[in-house]
Amino acid sequence: MEYTIFILLLPLAMFLLLGLLDTKLKPRVAGILGTLGMTVCTALAYYTAYLFFTQSRVDGVYPSHTPVNYEWLRFTEHLHIDLGIYLDPISVMMLVVITTVSLMVHIYSLGYMHGEKGFQRYYAFLSLFSMSMLGLVVATNIFQMYIFWELVGVSSYLLIGFYYTKPAAIAASKKAFIVTRFADLGFLIGILILSFFTKTFDFATLTANPSAIITESAGMTFMGCSVASWALALIFMGGAGKSAMFPLHIWLPDAMEGPTPVSALIHAATMVVAGVYLVARLFPVYCVTPEVLDLITTVGAITALYAAIVACVQTDIKRVLAFSTISQIAFMIVALGVASDTDLHAGLGYMASMFHLFTHAMFKALLFLGAGAIIHAVHSNEMSEMGGLRKYMPITHITFLIACLAIAGIPPFSGFFSKDEILTAVMHKSTFWGIWMTIVAGLTAFYMFRLYFRIFWWKETDCSHHTPHEAPLTMTLPLIFLAVVTCVAGFIPFGELVSVNGQPYHIHLDMSVATTSIIVAVCAILLATWMYLKENNKPGNIEKATSVLHRAAYRRFYIDEIYLFITHKIIFNLICRPIAWFDRHIIDGTMDMFANVTQCVSARIKGLQSGSVQGYVWLILIGSLLVATITICCCL
Amino acid sequence: METPMMYYIVISLVMFFAGVYGFMTRKNMLMMLISIELMLNAVDINFAVFNRFLFPGQMEGMIFSIFAIAIAAAETAIAIAIIINIYRHIRNIDADNLDDMKY
Amino acid sequence: MELLPLAQQVIFYLLAAVIVICSILAVTTRRILRAATYLLFTLLATAGIYFMLDYTFLGSVQIAVYAGGILVLFVFSILLTSHPGEETEKSSKTKRILGLIAAIAGIVTCGYALFTYPWSSTAVGEAQSIQQIGHALIGMEKFQYLLPFEAVSVLLLACIIGAIMIARKR
Repeated sequence: MEYTIFILLLPLAMFLLLGLLDTKLKPRVAGILGTLGMTVCTALAYYTAYLFFTQSRVDGVYPSHTPVNYEWLRFTEHLHIDLGIYLDPISVMMLVVITTVSLMVHIYSLGYMHGEKGFQRYYAFLSLFSMSMLGLVVATNIFQMYIFWELVGVSSYLLIGFYYTKPAAIAASKKAFIVTRFADLGFLIGILILSFFTKTFDFATLTANPSAIITESAGMTFMGCSVASWALALIFMGGAGKSAMFPLHIWLPDAMEGPTPVSALIHAATMVVAGVYLVARLFPVYCVTPEVLDLITTVGAITALYAAIVACVQTDIKRVLAFSTISQIAFMIVALGVASDTDLHAGLGYMASMFHLFTHAMFKALLFLGAGAIIHAVHSNEMSEMGGLRKYMPITHITFLIACLAIAGIPPFSGFFSKDEILTAVMHKSTFWGIWMTIVAGLTAFYMFRLYFRIFWWKETDCSHHTPHEAPLTMTLPLIFLAVVTCVAGFIPFGELVSVNGQPYHIHLDMSVATTSIIVAVCAILLATWMYLKENNKPGNIEKATSVLHRAAYRRFYIDEIYLFITHKIIFNLICRPIAWFDRHIIDGTMDMFANVTQCVSARIKGLQSGSVQGYVWLILIGSLLVATITICCCL
Repeated sequence: METPMMYYIVISLVMFFAGVYGFMTRKNMLMMLISIELMLNAVDINFAVFNRFLFPGQMEGMIFSIFAIAIAAAETAIAIAIIINIYRHIRNIDADNLDDMKY
Repeated sequence: MELLPLAQQVIFYLLAAVIVICSILAVTTRRILRAATYLLFTLLATAGIYFMLDYTFLGSVQIAVYAGGILVLFVFSILLTSHPGEETEKSSKTKRILGLIAAIAGIVTCGYALFTYPWSSTAVGEAQSIQQIGHALIGMEKFQYLLPFEAVSVLLLACIIGAIMIARKR
């Protein structure tokens, strides 16, 4: 399976080609080239998946492969960084997800970005991102993953800041980069601690002997927690940064300043699930530190509820989708947190998480692409500008509805199956978190249908000056494709392919959980219908009745303000300013003093360099006569 | 060899300090160069004289003088080239006027 | 050069008088062409001193290079840079007095050192023939000077090129 290297090299080549030629290429040519490259890549990924999942099982498990691996840097006898490709069920699954969504976004952008300045650059960055993300999922070792992890961050930064003339986009890209970079610091420290004790970066070695970190660092504690817990919690910090977990989520809503297809690709379907993937990849190691898994569960659950509440009151449709993404990723994180690898049943959360990752990528990409089509038609992100669009954009309307049903958890759409598995797994572990997550699921249904009704129903738009029209074929095709996938993905026997220990797991619905979640979802949808079907002042009344809460939620519970307060008021004033003062006055002052002293002295003595030869001869003569006289006197 | 060595040395001494005096008092660069030649010549005499009176069996001093003469020739050629170049630029060869490049 | 002791004395004093007078005149005269002429006399008298010391080769070199070559260069450059008959401006009185004081102080210091130093001479030796000088200049043994000789030849070449480069019209 050596050809899998081309899945990485092809987008890289496209990046170099499009990036270096840039405006030498016609935009159309660049777009088609990029799309073709991604098509080949997708075909290769599908073929790999086909080969991988049709191979015979060994001990009931699909054997993993390392078709490409070469040593890149060697530090010590044990520690070395390799670059290679590691294929196991989850990485193959991720390959399929990434290439599919990426291909759809490539096709969609042909229409969406048509006529934009920097079209070629856009495609070059898309290729760079695809390459980095694919490299991340097939990484053979944690350090390779880290390298590609940062590359993903860079391409995300570049794409968010694509409209670099817009100050908001620049600020957003900077924020995304700084916040994720801050989280990655934790990730790096975690990696170093982990590999220091286990003496390996390699995933296969790490997961084969997950308790190595415990035995190697036995007895060492730091601030009351064992070193192993610290290492894994710090690694999770990196994942939480990328996956926009509370409180590191602040960059994701702002990242919506980028082009909408980019939001679909990076900030909904692929990059933001990197954190989930990271935890899943190291899952056997996480299982030896249950306290870290509890931490993961708690963080995920809080994030899920927080993001769901905020999503209910946002008015920018991309912000709503952004918070919904945060909430859904939190679902996956919670599912991982409640799983364990003792047996298949206990590991249900792992499978559910991966399943939800898969289905979520599809329907969330669909939602974003649909939102893109709407924005394309209306030229605004604000809900108040929309309403009654169903007549003008039938295809978008239908596909958007399918995606909303899927995310709300209505059978037979894919979201129902994966979310139901998650709820079952959570309920199995702890009833408290189970009820909590069920409420969040209900909120999900509510805010998604609020969005749906506000866009497509609510009011009849006055279309005298501008008629919204359906998007071109290049944009509707991906929508239709993703809608079809969303309809059928739930029936994929996912448990057979991916599970915590690789053994096939037959998915069966827990009827009580399923019924509850459907009832909750339907109630939420009905509530949304009642409130938003026709233009009325019910939502306004509710807003007034709960004005404090509403404003707090609208301002995202002031988390951004808290960050600003901490960074500007506390860190800048109390730490940075004294340091800056010290730097400016003490360090610079010392240097200035040297310079000034030298300058003063030289200003005084520069008169000696008169440039007059005779003056010099005078000095020489007087000097030599003095020396001669002194010598003579000494000899007397 | 009836003439004592000191006689010769006194001659060269006078010649040398005549050069020094000239170098310090004259502004014209050609005059300064002439003074330098005087000093060099005085030194050459000293070499030859010391060789003759103190180490008559050897010839280091004389050969040193020969080299000094050769180098003096080279030095004079270059110096005169420079002086002519300066004259072309500022129509003057007074050392006092050459302060454009001072600090 | 076998001369009567008396004649030798007379010639020595003559040369000494020429050197002293001409060198002082060379640095004090205000006509630059005259200064060059006095310098010529000084150099010729120096060559005479060399002859008296039995350094005939050195004397010839002195005449050929100094009196012949360098002086011609001086005269040319003087003619190029000044008008005939033109007098250089008088240097200031203080400057002259200071220069005189310095020169006399130098003469006193050096003279004192020279006259008080206990000179000791080695045995009297033979005068060297031109053949010996030639061997010494291009030999590679001890007290032979091939390397400086070649270095000087390179120096002269560089100096010719440099002089052309500096003085040529652009």
